[in-house]
Amino acid sequence: MSAIVEQSPQATSRRNRWIGLVVVLVLLALFAYSVQDWHQIWTIVSAPDNVPIVAMLFLVPFFTWLGIKQARANDKLIVDLEGDKDLAKTHHRKAEPWRPGWAKELHVWPYLVRIEFLAAVIVTVILYVWSITLNAPLEEPANPNLTMNPSKAPWYFLGLQEMLVYFDPWIAGVVMPSIIMIGLMVFPYVDSNPLGNGYYTIRQRRFAVNMFGWGFLMWILLIFIGTFIRGPGWIWFWPGETWDHNTVVFDRNRDLHEIVAGIPGLGLLQTNWVAKMIFGAIIVGGFYIIGGIFFHWLMKRGKFRPRYLISPREFLAWARNSDPFEEKLLANTSMLQYMTFQFFAISVLLAMPVKLFLRLVFTIKYVWVTPWFNI
Amino acid sequence: MAENDPKETKQLTGEKTNVGLVERAKDTAMSLKDRALEEAKDYKDPQQTQVWKSIFRVSHERSDPRNRSLAILSNVFLHLHPAKINRDAVRYQYTWGMGGITFYLFIVLTFTGVLLMFYYHPSKVVAFRDILLMEHDVPFGKLLRNMHRWAAHLMVITTWLHMFRVVLTGSYKKPREFNWCVGVVLLVLTLLLSFTGYLLPDDQLGFWAVTVGTNMARATPMLGNEGPFGAQLGLTPYNDVRFGLLGGSIVDANALLRAYIWHCIGIPLVASIFMAVHFWRIRKDGGISGPAPVMLESEMKVLKKKK
Repeated sequence: MSAIVEQSPQATSRRNRWIGLVVVLVLLALFAYSVQDWHQIWTIVSAPDNVPIVAMLFLVPFFTWLGIKQARANDKLIVDLEGDKDLAKTHHRKAEPWRPGWAKELHVWPYLVRIEFLAAVIVTVILYVWSITLNAPLEEPANPNLTMNPSKAPWYFLGLQEMLVYFDPWIAGVVMPSIIMIGLMVFPYVDSNPLGNGYYTIRQRRFAVNMFGWGFLMWILLIFIGTFIRGPGWIWFWPGETWDHNTVVFDRNRDLHEIVAGIPGLGLLQTNWVAKMIFGAIIVGGFYIIGGIFFHWLMKRGKFRPRYLISPREFLAWARNSDPFEEKLLANTSMLQYMTFQFFAISVLLAMPVKLFLRLVFTIKYVWVTPWFNI
Repeated sequence: MAENDPKETKQLTGEKTNVGLVERAKDTAMSLKDRALEEAKDYKDPQQTQVWKSIFRVSHERSDPRNRSLAILSNVFLHLHPAKINRDAVRYQYTWGMGGITFYLFIVLTFTGVLLMFYYHPSKVVAFRDILLMEHDVPFGKLLRNMHRWAAHLMVITTWLHMFRVVLTGSYKKPREFNWCVGVVLLVLTLLLSFTGYLLPDDQLGFWAVTVGTNMARATPMLGNEGPFGAQLGLTPYNDVRFGLLGGSIVDANALLRAYIWHCIGIPLVASIFMAVHFWRIRKDGGISGPAPVMLESEMKVLKKKK
């Protein structure tokens, strides 16, 4: 009997929830065990200007959950309606309840206006409580002769400041923000999928939602690193480590061509700037080609299930077979839409984490060195 | 004079005249009272007065659906709304109310900001002292400054969450693509508003944050003296884009004044224009996007043919 119970989806989801909770608790316990300096953590978390990002750590997961919850309800409805053509013709097609007698529309006065009024009152109360309990920071008067260490931008710009570690200032401070903003603006024009307009769904917009989610997550992650991890001298301190002003880090910080130059026959890369430049161009060009292939492959995948991670056979099947619905969406996309998406996806969504990884794990500074710019 | 009629005597002493005046006054007063009482009956219902009717042109008789629509349409503050909306759109689970809250925070910031401006001089000599004065001597000054700062941070958060919701619901899709772009511009303006405000207390926090921020401008390609092709175009620290932003080669008095003007006048003006477009377009693009009825994958091809 227990076997049957475990097979039912409800029991499985309940079991998964328990597993998730246990994993989170174990991770929290491990973290708590590894903390050397609670006072340092408290100093960072309780800094008044860091409160918003601490709040974001709770707000983002909450609203993600709220969105996914509604997406699931709609996805279930979509599956049901796909399976039952007659029902699809008569159903009101919303997860929200509806009865034939109900009007489809409501008067804004008072049904919407009262909600807006309530929201304004609640926000005002929150602001009052926040403003009474927590003072806005005020440091010493500005002094150009006394550099703050670490000297940090406001929290919402810490993502950009953190990018300075991985890219030269003109890329991190000017090119990347511009690309991100333009990328956001072209988002509606490259998303050729007509489905999922005005309702939560993941099933019908898996790739678009995941790409945006990935970008949003990366942005929050960079801010998190900038806020909680970067200490004096912009040095990497794990949460729980003391921010020691005397810490010295011996980063080797080589360029990629310097590593490769060690290979016999490639010594030219050490001395000749033309060779360096061509080498870097090949690497970056190759990165764009591989990145393009990667996204092309990724946008045709079906749903990824966690159990694929422990079953190589199922994983291979997922990786090899493209999803017919995703194929159809791709066929709907024009060449211009496709190329535009690829450019922004590779330049931001892929380049950013790859550069971060190269810099933090392999201490590689530049991959492309030229006399005019370095990347 | 001895035969004088008592009446006459009374007349002469003016006694009778006096009685007549009092009586007449009493009569007048009584009739005035009656009239006032009569007229006051009309004021029992304030909604029937001329003053009320001149302000609120619509009867608030709730049972009449036409009045409910007119309540929205004839009010300048409410007329951005349609008279009626999708019944499921009032479920705040769908919109999370984040766009509206962002706008409300903008209003809160304008209100507290104007009050702060009464006490603040954008001058290097007194700016920091003004903040101290505000915190210690101005009644509720500390609360005012706190509220301005936290509302600013909250506005950045709600803007992001609003965008997040719009993506999750696919609301940027046809026909709302352009409004999404306006929204991205508003996001940038929100961040810039917050950033320019950061310098104004003229403390170490703001000074170094702005120093770090504007140092990046030095590296702008073709516009900054340290950026690619900057030197070739003859740019120096004294004529590049950073100089233009700061009004000097260092963060100093001019930078403070410029940040102040951008923060209090320049960016709010531009943002208001974009906001007007943003809200206008919501209506013109067919109102709020949902919750819309779901479309099915099997219906997708039909849609493409329709194009």
